[in-house]
Amino acid sequence: MSDASAPAVDVEGLEKRFGQTVALAGVAFSIDRAELFGFIGPDGAGKTTLFRILTTLLVPDRGRARVLGRDVVGDLWTLRPRIGYMPGRFSLYPDLSVAENLRFFASVFGTTVERERAQIAPIYDQLAPFADRRAAALSGGMKQKLALCCALVHRPEILFLDEPTTGVDAVSRHEFWDLLGQFTRQGMTIVVSTPYMDEATRCGRVALIQRGALLAIDAPDRIAHSFDRPLFAIGADRVAAPGAYRYHALLALREHAHTHSVYPFGDTLHYADRRRDLPPDQITRELRAFLASRGFGDTSVSEIAPTVEDSFIARMGAPEGSA
Amino acid sequence: MTAAAHAPAIEAHDLTRRFGDFVAVDRLSFDIRSGEVFGFLGANGAGKTTAIRMLTGLLKPTGGRAMVAGHDVVRETERVKRDIGYMSQRFSLYEDLTVRENISLYGGIYDLTDAQIHDRAQTMLARLGLERAAGEFVRAIPLGWRQKLAFSVAMLHEPRVVFLDEPTSGVDPITRRQFWELIYEAAGRGTTILVTTHYMDEAEYCDRISIMVAGRIAALGTPAELKQQFGTSSIDDVFVRLARGAP
Repeated sequence: MSDASAPAVDVEGLEKRFGQTVALAGVAFSIDRAELFGFIGPDGAGKTTLFRILTTLLVPDRGRARVLGRDVVGDLWTLRPRIGYMPGRFSLYPDLSVAENLRFFASVFGTTVERERAQIAPIYDQLAPFADRRAAALSGGMKQKLALCCALVHRPEILFLDEPTTGVDAVSRHEFWDLLGQFTRQGMTIVVSTPYMDEATRCGRVALIQRGALLAIDAPDRIAHSFDRPLFAIGADRVAAPGAYRYHALLALREHAHTHSVYPFGDTLHYADRRRDLPPDQITRELRAFLASRGFGDTSVSEIAPTVEDSFIARMGAPEGSA
Repeated sequence: MTAAAHAPAIEAHDLTRRFGDFVAVDRLSFDIRSGEVFGFLGANGAGKTTAIRMLTGLLKPTGGRAMVAGHDVVRETERVKRDIGYMSQRFSLYEDLTVRENISLYGGIYDLTDAQIHDRAQTMLARLGLERAAGEFVRAIPLGWRQKLAFSVAMLHEPRVVFLDEPTSGVDPITRRQFWELIYEAAGRGTTILVTTHYMDEAEYCDRISIMVAGRIAALGTPAELKQQFGTSSIDDVFVRLARGAP
C-alpha cells in the first residue's frame, strides 16, 4: 500500500504492560486522513501510552501500529519527521523566549520559522505580541498555543496532542479547539486526547477509552444516541439548596422499583427506566408521582437527549477500583 | 439551630486587593450561606486565586472585609485557617505515606487528639469502603479513591467551610459522580463548599456560581438562572460570552 492511500493511523491488537499494570489491552482502530480524532477517557486509561507508541517513543509488547503507512517500530526514522507531537506535560524550554523556542524546534527539523510562516500563521499571529517573553511567564492558554506552534513548525502531516486542554481556562480551550478545526480543514490529521467528555463534540470521531480498552469508536452524536433507553433529567431549580435536595431525591430514586440507572448530571439527575418500551410520557408521569410521594414535589422531570458522557457511563460498568 | 448557623459561612464586602496600580480583586461582595455548594469561576488572571488567598487568610486585602466561618480574615487569620479545609486535585495527600498515615498526619496538623483521629479515621474508611486499603501507600491506590480520600481528609477536623480546587479533574465519569455525592452529603450536613474549576460542566453541579471577569463578579446566580439570563443552554456559553466581553 502506498503511503498516500494508507490510513493516517492503523492499529491492530496493540498491547503494552508496565510490570503488573496493563496499559493497553489489545487496542485496534483506524483513523482517516484529515480527521480530527479524539481519545476520550480518564487519567490512567492508557491515552498517553498509546500516543507514545504512535509517535515512535515507546515500543509495544504486541500488535502492530502504522502511521502514514509506516510501521512505528521498523520505520521510525522515516516516520518521525512527518509526525508532530505535543506531550501532556509542558515540554518547552521555560528559560527561552517564545521566538527562541520556535527557532529551536524549527532548526531541529532542519527548517526555519520564516519558511513555515504560512503553515503556522493562524497560531503564530496570536503569539507574535509575546515573541520576547520567556515561555515560563506565559499564561496557561498561551503556553499551550506555543507548544502547538512548536509541534507544527516542521509541517507534520499528522499531529498528536496529548491532553492539550487540561488546566486551561474555558475561553482558551475554545480558541484552541477552533485552531485544531482550522488545521484539519487544511488537510492535516489531528489525534487528540482529553479526559473531558464535553470536548468530544469538537471531534469528527472519538474513541472512548477506559482501562486500556476501547469502549466505542464513532461520531460523537452517534455514540450519544447509542444510549438505548429514554433518558430523563430531574431538576430542582426552585428550592433553596438544590444540590442537597437533588442528592436526597437521588437516594429516594435508588429505591424506586423501576430505576435502571440514576446519577447526578450537572444541575440535574439523569434517570433511565428499567422498562425499555414504556412511552416516555408515562414514565414522566410515574416519576413525578413517585418523587412527590417521597416529598420531592419541587422537582421537574423532562425527557432529554443523551450525551456522550451518558453513553460512556452506560458502557464503562464498574468504575476504577470499586469493590 | 444556633445563631452562628444562620450567619453566612462566607461574606465578602467590597473585598479588594491591589498590587501597585493593578487592581487584582475589585470590590468583591457576596454572601455564601451554610451548606451551600458555591462555584467560584473565572478565566486565568481574572482574580480568582487572589480572592481565594484572601478568603483563606493567606493574603491581606488592601480594602473591604471578609468573614469566613464567622471569623474576620484579617483580625482572626489563625481561626479562619483552623475552621476551613482545603483540597486541590494536584496536591493534597502524601503519596509515600499510607492511607492511615495521611489521616494521622492531617489530624495532627489540626490538633486532634489520638482518640479523635482514631475514631474519625475508622468512620471515614468505613464510609469510603477503604478499610482494607488503610495500610496501602497512597501512590498505589486508584486515582478515584485518592480523590475521595483527599476530600475526606480535608474534612477531618470538621471545618465549616471547605475550598476545593478542580476536585474532579481527570477522573472517570462514575467516580466523578460518587465524588459529587460526597460533596452533596457534606453540604446536607451543613458544610459550606466553595469549588473553583475551569470546567463549566463541573460548575453546573453547584447550587450557585459566580463568574469573575477582570477582578469583579460579572455574574452570580444558580446555574439555571444564569443560563436563562443569558439565553443559553450551558454555563460554558455564559462564561465564554462574559470572559470574551472583558476589556
